[in-house]
Amino acid sequence: MAVQEFISPTSLSEAQQAVSDGAVSSWLAGGTDLLVGIRLGARDPARVVDLKQIPELTAIEIDDASVRIGAAASAFDVLHNSDVPSLFPGLAEALDLIGSTQIQGRCSAGGNLCNASPAADSIPALIANGAQCRILGPDGERMLAVEDFVVGPNQNALAPGELLVELILPRPTAGTSDSYLRLTPRTEMDIAVAGAGVSITVDESGNCAAARVAIGAVAPTALLVDAAAEALVGSQLDQAAIDAAVEAVRAAAAPISDKRGTAEYRTHVVGVLVTRALAKAQDRITEARS
Amino acid sequence: MNAYQEFRMIGSRPVRPDGLDKVTGRARYGADLNMQGQLYGHVVRSPHAHAVIRSIDCSKALAMEGVLAVMTGQDLVEPGNQMLGSGEGAMALKDVVPMVMSQGKVLFHSQAVAAVAATSPELAAQAAQAVEVVYDVLPAVTDVHKALAADAPILHDDRFPDGYPEEPTNLATHISLTVGDPDAAFEKAEVVIEQNYSVPMCHQGYIEPHACVARADAAGRVELWCCTQGHFTVRHYTSAVTGIDLGKIKVTASEIGGGFGGKTTVYLEPLAVILAQKSGRPVKMVMDRGDVFRATGPAPGAETKVKLGATRDGKLIAADVECLMDSGAYNGNPAGIPAFMATACYKLTDARSTGRSVYTNKPKIHAYRAPSIPQVTLGFELAITELAAELGMDPIEFRLLNAVEEGDANMMGAPYNRIGLRECLEVARNHAHYKSAVAEGAGRGVAMGYWINAGMQSSATLNVIADGHVAILTGSPDIGGSRASMALMASEVLGIPFEHIHPKVAATDAVGHTDLTGGSRTTLATGQAVIQAAEQCVAEMCRRAAAEWDVEAGVVTWSQGAAHYGDQSLTFEELASRAGAMGGPLTFSSSLTSTSTAPGFGVHICDAEVDKETGRTTITRYTAIQDAGKAIHPDYVEGQMQGGAVQGIGWALNEEYLYNADGVLENPGFLDYRIPVASDLPFIDAVIVEVPNPLHPFGVKGVGEVPIVPPMPAIAEAVYQSTGVRFRDLPLNPPKIVAALASN
Ligand SMILES: Cc1cc2nc3c(=O)[nH]c(=O)nc-3n(C[C@H](O)[C@H](O)[C@H](O)COP(=O)(O)OP(=O)(O)OC[C@H]3O[C@@H](n4cnc5c(N)ncnc54)[C@H](O)[C@@H]3O)c2cc1C
Repeated sequence: MAVQEFISPTSLSEAQQAVSDGAVSSWLAGGTDLLVGIRLGARDPARVVDLKQIPELTAIEIDDASVRIGAAASAFDVLHNSDVPSLFPGLAEALDLIGSTQIQGRCSAGGNLCNASPAADSIPALIANGAQCRILGPDGERMLAVEDFVVGPNQNALAPGELLVELILPRPTAGTSDSYLRLTPRTEMDIAVAGAGVSITVDESGNCAAARVAIGAVAPTALLVDAAAEALVGSQLDQAAIDAAVEAVRAAAAPISDKRGTAEYRTHVVGVLVTRALAKAQDRITEARS
Repeated sequence: MNAYQEFRMIGSRPVRPDGLDKVTGRARYGADLNMQGQLYGHVVRSPHAHAVIRSIDCSKALAMEGVLAVMTGQDLVEPGNQMLGSGEGAMALKDVVPMVMSQGKVLFHSQAVAAVAATSPELAAQAAQAVEVVYDVLPAVTDVHKALAADAPILHDDRFPDGYPEEPTNLATHISLTVGDPDAAFEKAEVVIEQNYSVPMCHQGYIEPHACVARADAAGRVELWCCTQGHFTVRHYTSAVTGIDLGKIKVTASEIGGGFGGKTTVYLEPLAVILAQKSGRPVKMVMDRGDVFRATGPAPGAETKVKLGATRDGKLIAADVECLMDSGAYNGNPAGIPAFMATACYKLTDARSTGRSVYTNKPKIHAYRAPSIPQVTLGFELAITELAAELGMDPIEFRLLNAVEEGDANMMGAPYNRIGLRECLEVARNHAHYKSAVAEGAGRGVAMGYWINAGMQSSATLNVIADGHVAILTGSPDIGGSRASMALMASEVLGIPFEHIHPKVAATDAVGHTDLTGGSRTTLATGQAVIQAAEQCVAEMCRRAAAEWDVEAGVVTWSQGAAHYGDQSLTFEELASRAGAMGGPLTFSSSLTSTSTAPGFGVHICDAEVDKETGRTTITRYTAIQDAGKAIHPDYVEGQMQGGAVQGIGWALNEEYLYNADGVLENPGFLDYRIPVASDLPFIDAVIVEVPNPLHPFGVKGVGEVPIVPPMPAIAEAVYQSTGVRFRDLPLNPPKIVAALASN
């Protein structure tokens, strides 16, 4: 079957209306996963519903408490927003790794999350930053943490007819920064063999007050590793604490061996990435203070 | 002594005539051609890597509205042992036909088994799914050692390689050569090393997939437009595969987005022709990327055992090379080249070399830039480097002590003419890169490479236009800037501006026979035809000027684009505009079989840094040095050197065909078949050395293939220097490096 119908709603209610008859539909944000999937035969929607004409879905809004990124806002718009890259340099790093300039002009963090690839780059960065999903469906609205949104490889928690509206990130407190690193054999145009997103808060005395450590491409879904955070919080981010965090992520990792890397390699390298991501976030905090 | 010693145009860098169309998107590639009323062909491919076809039922597909033709292997000729020569890689018809479409047996996954033509691509794809094929599935073997084991499934029950007449095996070819007495020489050697090296099967990775449009008329004539490295080869192979007379086929080459040897045969073309004949409508076919990877000819993977013997003072005195190559499902003859050429860079009077190739359930291998030499050179050059280290000698010094020069012979027997290997080594030794200190944590490797370079047949026609411009027709598809080179060479001889010359790649019925663009031969051989045609033009113009002035032709001279005698002169433009009155149209053709070829040599220097924690390798500095004889358009010589180096870097680090246990390719796309992207690479510094080829009027030597030969051993050595661990099995991807460092 080929796509039979293309609808471009301009409001959330029109969007809900567009799928209310239950026909096999796909939401289209940037289409950089969806169109590839259709071409490969992995996806076969009868109807495609464009999200880019709905203002809420492409907006980026910032207030004192939070940053809200419309689910279909392009990576380019996020990366060129006046505040987001400095508030969340790690999330910006993750989005900037996706594809190329051309891909970034279309693709979105929401699409990256909804597509739910185990190797998606923005998901560990969103988890590290404690992002929440605002979801709208036939039964109204609900909120879900990003780490609970992905339920399996290419499977998300959305019920039929539900739509991800926006991602809400709490504004980082003083002494907080994040970082995202991935390992790919190539420098660009590649898919993560392992990824690590961290966000840490370090007080004036160098004490780690809060931490979130998320890893990608080493399990069916990106994982928030609480044990790693526990190893860091309360420490001076000394070698022993970092080694314990690395041990925790390696224990949490449950990778497969495939054409992109062996399980042993992925387990090893995700620890290396966490170490380096922590150092980078720490440098950012130090730099901001000086 | 070269006929031309001083140059006015040769060696300059004008903008290529085809450049504007390419950067503005106007250039028409294979898939850009469309014809009114065309159908779209779609190939039905085998889901099994090894199977007998019980039956093929196309009736449901043909019954679909809008489906106008179907075909199977029955529509192709019965393949026999007849050889199809095409210079680099002559092949038997029975090894070409089943790569177009199988006949009864499937020997690799995605092999073509049937094809349909319908009014839209979507409908054609649906119709292909409606073709019912019943298979008896057989066990598949993709590993060369398993294929040689006693219990291996046999791919061909009718093939007996020389020396193995008793029963069929998967051994495709076995070639062994000896010069002198290597065993006695090893006895005398004071230092001997012996190691095994391996390189995986890989793909040329050309960006443009195969594409063609075919049209047939009621008189049995056929026209084809396609992207190819040789449209005369397409005509020949299409005729042989379909049984249509050669004279009834016309082929036009489109612009081409890369080939690297992979577009020197036919895959879709005969299918489109047959579907066009059956349907009475033009048929367009475009391969998708996955099928390019799964069902066209990749480069063979190879294992090489190298044993070398030297004296303590650094003289290489004995070599024994055994190369085992993966031929894929049919005979792609990969083993001869390593056997003949493995030792070609070295003065060796006592050596043995053996090449074997093996059938496996993978697509039949095909030419890839200096076919089979990079694989064996990985082993030979790394062994040379290891031997130099053992002797405590600098790797370039050791090579200089043993490098071939004029008068030396290689295993093929004939002595070298004037070659430039030693000159390249001298340039390398004195290059700022080699003299610089290696960065902390990085390593440096050096390697050299050889390629024989082809001559073969070429033709050119030169038409003088009344305004003094010139159209040049050749039969060589332009892959690397050859139209610019043709125009430069004509400009040099005629003495008229480069911009007044309009080079074209002409169809098979518009220019004399020309073998394919391959073997690094086009600038040399087609260039020679252009030079000769231009010289004929000059001679005729001098004759006409002499007639005008009523003097002997021999006293008229030609310079600066004009004929001269005393203080009289007639310019090219005047002679062109008055051609009608002075003897008629000025048209000159030259056809030749070039015997002017000279081998090419290059030396590469590579710095690499390995991240010891992640195993990622970054190439930090790279210098490619090569003897080009005479660089006609240096940009395109440098382009070849840079491109070859980059393909070698890809093969060394990440490129690899990955098959699962059922013989299905797991990485048939550029996401997981990792050719390097621009940001993976340093600037590739290309240093052209010019040791003129004495057999060519301008001194040209082929340059296209040599640069893919040295990178793998240079990079493997740099990685060793960076990590302290020797890697002899490629690719050097991060998991492999981390695993090796962990176990050390
Ligand atoms: C060349 C190339 C390179 C790439 N490189 C990378 C990379 O380096 N890293 C990486 O992580 N990814 C990469 N990708 C994948 C892809 O670009 C990203 O996943 C991207 O973020 C997807 O966003 P999109 O807006 O294009 O999603 P779409 O394709 O529009 O949507 C993806 C999926 O999510 C669904 N969806 C989209 N929006 C919503 C919504 N608001 N509510 C509910 N469902 C929704 C769609 O129906 C679809 O199933 C690459 C893709 C390409 C083609």
